[in-house]
Amino acid sequence: METKKPIIEKEHVVIKFTGDSGDGMQLTGHQFSDTSALMGNEVVTFPDYPAEIRAPKGTIGGVSGFQLNIGKDEVRTPGDFVDVLVAMNPAALKANRQWLKAGGTLIVDIDAFTEKNLNKVECVNPFDNDDLDGVQIIKAPMTKMVQEALVDSGLDNKSILRSRNMVALGIAYWLFQRDLSYTEDYLREKFSKKPEVAQANIDAVKAGYNFGENLQYIRSYKVNRAFITPGTYRNINGNLATAWGLLAAAEKANLPLFLGSYPITPASEILQEISNRKDLGAVSFQAEDEIAGIATSIGASFAGHFACTSTSGPGLALKSEAVNLAIIAELPLVIVDVQRGGPSTGLPTKPEQSDLLQALWGRNGASPIPVIAASTPSDCFEYAFNAGKIAVENMTPVLLLTDGFIANGSQPWKIASMKDLPEIKPRFVKEGKENYFPYERIEGTMVREWAVPGMKNYEHRIGGLEKMAVTGGVSYEPLNHEVMTFERAKKIADIAEQIPEQQVYGKNKGKLLIIGWGGTFGHIYTAYNELLEEGVEVSYTHFNYINPLPKNTEDIFKNFDKILICEMNEGQFLKYLRTEFPQYNYKQYNKIQGYPFTISELKTAIKQNLED
Amino acid sequence: MSEKQQLTFKDYKSDAEVRWCPGCGDIAILKAVQTAFAEMDIPKEKFAVISGIGCSSRFPYYMDTYGFHTIHGRAGAIASGVKTANPDLSVWQITGDGDALAIGGNHFIHEIRRNIDVNVLLFNNQIYGLTKGQYSPTSLFGQKTKTSPYGTVEAPFNPGSLSIGAGATFFARGIDVNVKDNVEILLEMEKHKGISIFEILQNCVIFNDGAHSYFTDRENKADRQLLVKHGEPMIFGKDNDKGLVLDDEYRLKVVNIGENGITKNDILIHDAHNTSPILHFELAELKEPVVLGVIRSVNKVSYHEAVYEQIEQVQATAKNKSMDDLLSSGSTWVVE
Repeated sequence: METKKPIIEKEHVVIKFTGDSGDGMQLTGHQFSDTSALMGNEVVTFPDYPAEIRAPKGTIGGVSGFQLNIGKDEVRTPGDFVDVLVAMNPAALKANRQWLKAGGTLIVDIDAFTEKNLNKVECVNPFDNDDLDGVQIIKAPMTKMVQEALVDSGLDNKSILRSRNMVALGIAYWLFQRDLSYTEDYLREKFSKKPEVAQANIDAVKAGYNFGENLQYIRSYKVNRAFITPGTYRNINGNLATAWGLLAAAEKANLPLFLGSYPITPASEILQEISNRKDLGAVSFQAEDEIAGIATSIGASFAGHFACTSTSGPGLALKSEAVNLAIIAELPLVIVDVQRGGPSTGLPTKPEQSDLLQALWGRNGASPIPVIAASTPSDCFEYAFNAGKIAVENMTPVLLLTDGFIANGSQPWKIASMKDLPEIKPRFVKEGKENYFPYERIEGTMVREWAVPGMKNYEHRIGGLEKMAVTGGVSYEPLNHEVMTFERAKKIADIAEQIPEQQVYGKNKGKLLIIGWGGTFGHIYTAYNELLEEGVEVSYTHFNYINPLPKNTEDIFKNFDKILICEMNEGQFLKYLRTEFPQYNYKQYNKIQGYPFTISELKTAIKQNLED
Repeated sequence: MSEKQQLTFKDYKSDAEVRWCPGCGDIAILKAVQTAFAEMDIPKEKFAVISGIGCSSRFPYYMDTYGFHTIHGRAGAIASGVKTANPDLSVWQITGDGDALAIGGNHFIHEIRRNIDVNVLLFNNQIYGLTKGQYSPTSLFGQKTKTSPYGTVEAPFNPGSLSIGAGATFFARGIDVNVKDNVEILLEMEKHKGISIFEILQNCVIFNDGAHSYFTDRENKADRQLLVKHGEPMIFGKDNDKGLVLDDEYRLKVVNIGENGITKNDILIHDAHNTSPILHFELAELKEPVVLGVIRSVNKVSYHEAVYEQIEQVQATAKNKSMDDLLSSGSTWVVE
């Protein structure tokens, strides 16, 4: 009997897969996201996982989630509230119930809702009361289904149960009429050495899909293809994009890449990716600690390489003395800080923007350094590349800030082509130059020339002691120190001439200017757009170049009555702007919860500031 | 004759005025290094001299080579980066007992563990000189200094046994003023592939004068020092009548040749190339005589060799030859 199934057609749908940290939710979410991107949707993802590798099973603390937003037009955030929630156990449901929209869909493994599991999270059976009224519920016996489907797989029960997530994926695929072939190919490739495991997982996906086919009275979803600029695309997360941006900069500069680094959440993937890039000749050095990570990189830079180091907040604190060495030695270096919640170990897996003041000022002495912040997973490529260009062309370390949200989040990216990227010109001293002085500035700039060991006739000494202007000899002369302090500052300030001017969304004049910086772009931009549609008049500008600020910054500020700075910290960019341009009427909206902004809370805050 | 062979130690003197205290042991070490560099078959521009912080770490300023005076304790890590980035360079790390064994202890053991091909000159004067006289990790137990007015309550490190215990493939010891012996050791370090640690017992005339005089005094030194040479019996003494043997517990023991039926043939032959570190460890630890010369020198693949061999192997069969290849690798899709 053919039943005609009702379909919900939507422009955007937010889906969240949740379960124990051992349930494979990250992989499930990635598969759904890749398949959706391949089918022509816009996608933004956000993995949300605990710091513990295996927190106690079935507890709230151990819940791992992967959220994604798919749409037929511009998608900038993984979404606030969830249309479809997949919960593999009571803990996952309890932790995420608050995010599920009224009228949304809940998919659960009903076999996991046992007395024992409910007791673990001190929760009554949610299906016994009216808590889920209005929610479309799919109670799937995933545990039993996977056991039945794989009874002949030859795998033991434990291995069979590991494929439970694939049943959930299959049901989700059915709900959105997704094509299974991408995941089938992926599983065959991933388990190419264990074909029986590959087949078992494929069977589990199909079991879930077929389960959906047989459901009655369940409305499925339809999200049409997005209009996307023609080109070749791939999914990319911020850490991968950062690593590739650095590699691209090294190739453009025609210098070998050296990355000295120490594993740290959530930045380790950069070190892992560079370690994988021996095919491109990249040298990765997993150092004994954070300090050695940057110190080996400074050594490589001294020896003439494109040098970089990657870390997160606590690691940046450990590196700060060495950052200063690179500043006074005037050597190129890119330092990537994937920010997480602080202070101390803080919230290692949660995003925050609270390293800004550390990046700007967290060192002894006057130690100016360019600070750049990427704002989306894919533009980490562009900003890592530009960080490299600024470092090499200005003979300075550069700090690139990303955060755990954009580092782990992914989105489709129109693949860059090397020929479209700008040139990077290292400042090597010209052959045959007579009387090389290491601190002589190249005419018309504040940049010194680079002579590296192995170059004949340019032997010289540099170091952390104050340098005599021009000659670079050790100098304790009082006036010289002042001269050098200003030279170092001017060198960084001059970079304002090399960066793009700040752009404003909306009118250049008005009552309220919203400001964001770094990884909050997607949320603020979406909130701004929605307000625009509602007829609310505001303007928005988002900063990627923090030090130096774009040279037209003040020209923008002076045309607004009020400036609202939204950031995921207690107001660090606000403090900075107050220092630079004290005369403006600043307001602030802050969130320090280890979670990104929601669009609705941003809209409320913006409206309040308009009314006040 | 190549241009290189005509250089002398003077060619390695920089314009900077040497600012160590008159009588400082560093001055003799500088002379030995300049002399040795002039003898090495390496073009001047390929030397990189890297130091940390401390009196010894001013060294690069006085050498007319590429030099980098870095930050406290980190010379080992920075030198590791220099050598790994450009293996073509002859990299020399200048450090002291505080720089290498206290604040830089972690980098020191790890550059040894990795067998980075750098040559480490560890100036050991058992005191913090530049900060004017606090005890160091090699100060003697009970030593009175500005921060141990009642004597230290800490056991010192022995740089030799520490290095050998961490897996050093080369360890030598010398005395600052023995320029000729030190030049020989420096030349051997340059030839050694992998890490070479050279502990130079250095006298700080201001804050720890005479720290090593028990065995460096003219009168007693022959009886209290043993200069080992690979393949030669470990004999010492004013009259060449003392030597080392193994006792029943396989510990080194000093014996007198001609007593108790002991002849020269009973004396142990020094084997610096023995892969087992046990005897080298004991030689490094010996209090009397203090053992000088190359105690250990064994072959093992060095870090950069392994790094670049791996890169070559990967590249031989790699699909990605350039950034554009990488960018379009893996799963991609075309939007038309």
